[in-house]
Amino acid sequence: MSIDTKTAAKVAHLARIRVEDDKLPALAQEFNNILGFIEQLNEVDVEGVEPMTSVTPMRLKRREDVVTDGNMPEKVMSNAPDAREGFFAVPKVVE
Amino acid sequence: MLDLTYETPKIKTIAGARHDWELVIGMEVHAQVSSNAKLFSGASTKFGAEPNSNVSFVDSAMPGMLPVINEFAVEQAVRTGLGLKAEINLVSAFDRKNYFYPDLPQGYQISQLYHPIVGEGEVIVDMGPGVARKVRIERIHMEQDAGKSIHDMDPNMSFVDLNRTGVCLMEIVSRPDIRGPEEAAAYLGKLRQIMRYLGTCDGNMQEGSMRADVNVSVCLPGEYEKFIETGDFSHLRTRCEIKNMNSMRFIQQAIDIEARRQIALHEAGEEVVQETRLFDPDKGETRSMRSKEEAHDYRYFPDPDLLPLEIEQAWVDNIAASLPELPDEKKARFVNDFGLSEYDASVLTAEVENAAYFEEVQREAGDGKLSANWVINELFGRLKKEDHGITDSPVSPSQLAGIIKLIKSGDISGKIAKDLFEIVYTEGGDPAEIVEARGMKQVTDTGAIEAAVDEIIAANPAQVEKAKQNPKLAGWFVGQVMKATGGKANPKAVNELVAAKLGL
Repeated sequence: MSIDTKTAAKVAHLARIRVEDDKLPALAQEFNNILGFIEQLNEVDVEGVEPMTSVTPMRLKRREDVVTDGNMPEKVMSNAPDAREGFFAVPKVVE
Repeated sequence: MLDLTYETPKIKTIAGARHDWELVIGMEVHAQVSSNAKLFSGASTKFGAEPNSNVSFVDSAMPGMLPVINEFAVEQAVRTGLGLKAEINLVSAFDRKNYFYPDLPQGYQISQLYHPIVGEGEVIVDMGPGVARKVRIERIHMEQDAGKSIHDMDPNMSFVDLNRTGVCLMEIVSRPDIRGPEEAAAYLGKLRQIMRYLGTCDGNMQEGSMRADVNVSVCLPGEYEKFIETGDFSHLRTRCEIKNMNSMRFIQQAIDIEARRQIALHEAGEEVVQETRLFDPDKGETRSMRSKEEAHDYRYFPDPDLLPLEIEQAWVDNIAASLPELPDEKKARFVNDFGLSEYDASVLTAEVENAAYFEEVQREAGDGKLSANWVINELFGRLKKEDHGITDSPVSPSQLAGIIKLIKSGDISGKIAKDLFEIVYTEGGDPAEIVEARGMKQVTDTGAIEAAVDEIIAANPAQVEKAKQNPKLAGWFVGQVMKATGGKANPKAVNELVAAKLGL
């Protein structure tokens, strides 16, 4: 699989990262290098091998169903560029 | 376990200009898990709080915050799976679904694409007594809800409330086994009923606790059967997905309208494009949500903040052992044990509170059919008149059982019982005491009834002559006797005596 500049532009857009047109060929090349490495990894036969999710045997940590957090709207909103009547205010987005 | 047998419903067809068409429908139902705290944070899930107050730094996606899973939410998902007779996956895992929207602070939703917690199950969707559709469940996975965007508070800005952000949803995915708009609504209703029995989702559609995405395609007779035989989707035609429906009525309308749109395209030789559409109930149309198309590139990958979710079979077995009796089983038991009609059993088991009320009445009164009649016809009718639910009923199960016992013992007639019910409903009190205190007891003493019959006959010689010609007029005498005894005479005894005295 090979990434062209158009695909690179699309990936950048999906990630909401602005990339100038003249930087796209280099970005596409970087993607291709990464994918090439992945291709190489794909050559290893991992049939029957469980994916390793942790280097030490660990169990997913759980919490109890108890309300221990929240009730701090002013802190939650404190970094908002625009807040009105307790809401985050953002440019209009309507389907 | 006793099961009721059922036949599959007739498939609804829609007539196009050239053919009759069938519908093929699959649904993705998002059900909000009933829990105190969110899926990955300790913030409250309570509905209707001040904006942005049920929000932790995990929910607002502050840098460095890490998700920690709410074990009870997992339990609820497992319980739902067991209630849908589904396989439970002891290992499941979370993935990130990436997209940008103002009400999604993380920039991704944590979901379970590759390894859902619940696998294949089934739901029996009742379509009337003796008729039901079996809908297969493909999977159930857990995921985070997004926040809420409000567009009508300001002309230029959208307002965002993150209270709902991170609340645990179950996405219940069906196979394309639903064959018409009514079946789709009934399927949603049955899921709601089962989850309310299980206590895993409150099913409140107005508050958005249940929302559905509906996949609709149409086919010619025979095409669907080929798909079922082979499992090959190429026998089905292109589908469209109608997003975010939260009303049974709108779901039915939207399916019908979307099916007709697709039929017109097929018959005109045009192509149906696979896409996401939105239903506009005001205009009565579905329209393309083109903006969603690009966003469909979600770039899923395993969430590196979360280890796979491993649960133990013993834990699942414990949950299974604690499952309540579910609607299908309860209905079958009501039919088999109490001799109720399937219709009455359906009405009584529709809501778990109704069923519990009925069972208490039945237990005390000892008569299933009579109890069912009184609960359904008198109590439900009366409650509905005042828009009350069973939990606000001023008549307790024990009081209603008291009334029924008085009918059974012959102390009061059915007619007096209705008056008594009204007194108990409005004034309260013990039914037996009220009957005693107000002299409502039915007269079964034939001597007293006989006296009343004699009196009426003596006072109306002309009527007696007529009745001898026309035996139907005996009813008039019965009526007069009932009136004279204040409705307290046993109607059966009166009938017999009147007939005997008139020589009929």
